[in-house]
Amino acid sequence: MPDVNPVAFVVLAALALGGAVMTVLTRNVVHAAFWLLEVLVATAGLYLVLSAEFIALVQLMVYAGAVSVLVLFVIMLTLRRREDSVRTRDLSWPVAAMSAVLAVAIAYVTRALPVPAPERAAQPDVAAFGHALFTRWVLPFEIASGILLVALVGAVWWAGRGEEL
Amino acid sequence: MSPLLSILVRALLALLLMLANGVVLIYMLRKVLGHLHLRIGPNRVGPFGALQTSMDVVKLLTKEDFIPSAADKWLFRLAPYMVFVPSFMAYAALVLGPKAAFSGLDTGLLYVFAVLALVPMGVMMAGWASNSKWSLIGGMRAAAQQISYEVPLLLSVLPIVMTAGSMSLAAIVKSQTGYALGFIPRWNVLSPQIVGFGLFMIAALAELNQTPFDMSEAESELISGFANEYSGMRFGLLFLSEFSNSFIISALAATLFFGGWLVPGIDPASPVMVWLGPAVLLLKTYVGIFVLMWIRGTLPRIRIDQMLALGWKALIPASLVWLMLTGVIVRAVS
Amino acid sequence: MRVGLEAFVMLATALFAVGLFGALSKRSAIMVLMSLELMANAVNILLVAASRYVTPATMDGWFFAVFSLVVSAAEIGLGLSLVLALYRKVRTAELDRLDTLKG
Repeated sequence: MPDVNPVAFVVLAALALGGAVMTVLTRNVVHAAFWLLEVLVATAGLYLVLSAEFIALVQLMVYAGAVSVLVLFVIMLTLRRREDSVRTRDLSWPVAAMSAVLAVAIAYVTRALPVPAPERAAQPDVAAFGHALFTRWVLPFEIASGILLVALVGAVWWAGRGEEL
Repeated sequence: MSPLLSILVRALLALLLMLANGVVLIYMLRKVLGHLHLRIGPNRVGPFGALQTSMDVVKLLTKEDFIPSAADKWLFRLAPYMVFVPSFMAYAALVLGPKAAFSGLDTGLLYVFAVLALVPMGVMMAGWASNSKWSLIGGMRAAAQQISYEVPLLLSVLPIVMTAGSMSLAAIVKSQTGYALGFIPRWNVLSPQIVGFGLFMIAALAELNQTPFDMSEAESELISGFANEYSGMRFGLLFLSEFSNSFIISALAATLFFGGWLVPGIDPASPVMVWLGPAVLLLKTYVGIFVLMWIRGTLPRIRIDQMLALGWKALIPASLVWLMLTGVIVRAVS
Repeated sequence: MRVGLEAFVMLATALFAVGLFGALSKRSAIMVLMSLELMANAVNILLVAASRYVTPATMDGWFFAVFSLVVSAAEIGLGLSLVLALYRKVRTAELDRLDTLKG
């Protein structure tokens, strides 16, 4: 597998982290949705840097192409006036401190993990991925399909009801 | 040539192809629609009006660049690029000839659809940033239409992947070489996959916001939909992306169903195909675009709820059934 | 210099922490859902990176990531339709206005 390019990694990681911070810090809900889109696209770039082409494309299609549009649609449907998109910043210092402590704790615990030596393994291709998906991972695949079906039916039913709930 | 330089050169060539396409296609649209409407179309600027689009580009570049005062400034500026860049990225997967491809993507087909999935976000950004009800409605309709029809578009193409055994466009073209019964080329449109071609064309018409599915830019109703408040080169970028998308989809249809750069009668490995291949592919693509424009000038448009119902209730079940049938056939034959 | 798994672990941890901060401190239901997406995204990055460094041949992490992606997409779809249904009922998507069960 090709090595992870350090320049590409740093740029994409900065984009992802910066976008995530802007998502939670911006006051405009619509802007936050677009920052989320930026994070998702930067993540797809990170997958490409990790030589996971198929995952990158699936990430683009599902997250950046569908979930983002869904989020934006619901934002626009629940805004009463256009001015409502700008709201208070909703920051909370205790929560920030807690998240920081959690991050530091995770980093501390994982710093001593034995990192395996770099493997010069051949890069698996999409055909191998597909084959394994339908042989070794067929049970999670079917369960995931069931989850999607349930979520689809549930979402359509829930959002389709009129005033009575 | 260093890899970075080679990448830059290829990106520049793709950009040139995109711009040249835009210029030619806009002129072609106006002429084709004109003749379908029993009028002549542009005929004053240059011989037969051929320089019309270039002059239009000059006009767009020299217009005043203003942003509506109540518009969301950052998103307003960003939206044309959000629509243009995915369309430009899709050129990377096109296979123009036996030795002419912008990149050798193993998952080229999935790449095109993944990248085109980013366009609805740009459309919604443009619709929202314009701070105008018409733009917003147009943007939301266009985005809803485009995300609904991504599913049958991808599903109608999966049987081709099954029969060709790969998602790479070069491999799909290669699987269409040879002849059945000695003289019929093995193009996918001449095989049972013509059903997939029909599904793909309907889904592609909706994905491109073309008549009969152009409710979101119905010129008589929403003026230009999400692009209402855009003028000058920003509008030029949005407009160019629309034509570029139709080129991409038509080139994809030519590659998947009509044998790509293959010419029946000429051996694909012969050296004449190196330059004849791209020319043939462009010819097939432009014939496809001509058919799209023909449909545009002929059919009335259908309502947005009829269109969404068609997509979700008719096209998706049909694509799924065809996918399952193809799976059974491929398994039975092999 | 070589980019190792540690770099990706730190990136995923940072993204997860940012998402957690958003999920716990925001009052708008949609902002909370977006922060949950950030957290799921961070986990996926870690899974794909770990697969590439630890088990590149069997692609274990890739499969985990794909299924995690599927489940997150289903979750946000359902969550957003819940927000829509809620908005229809009480005309607000603010989480601190939903206090009718309060003591």
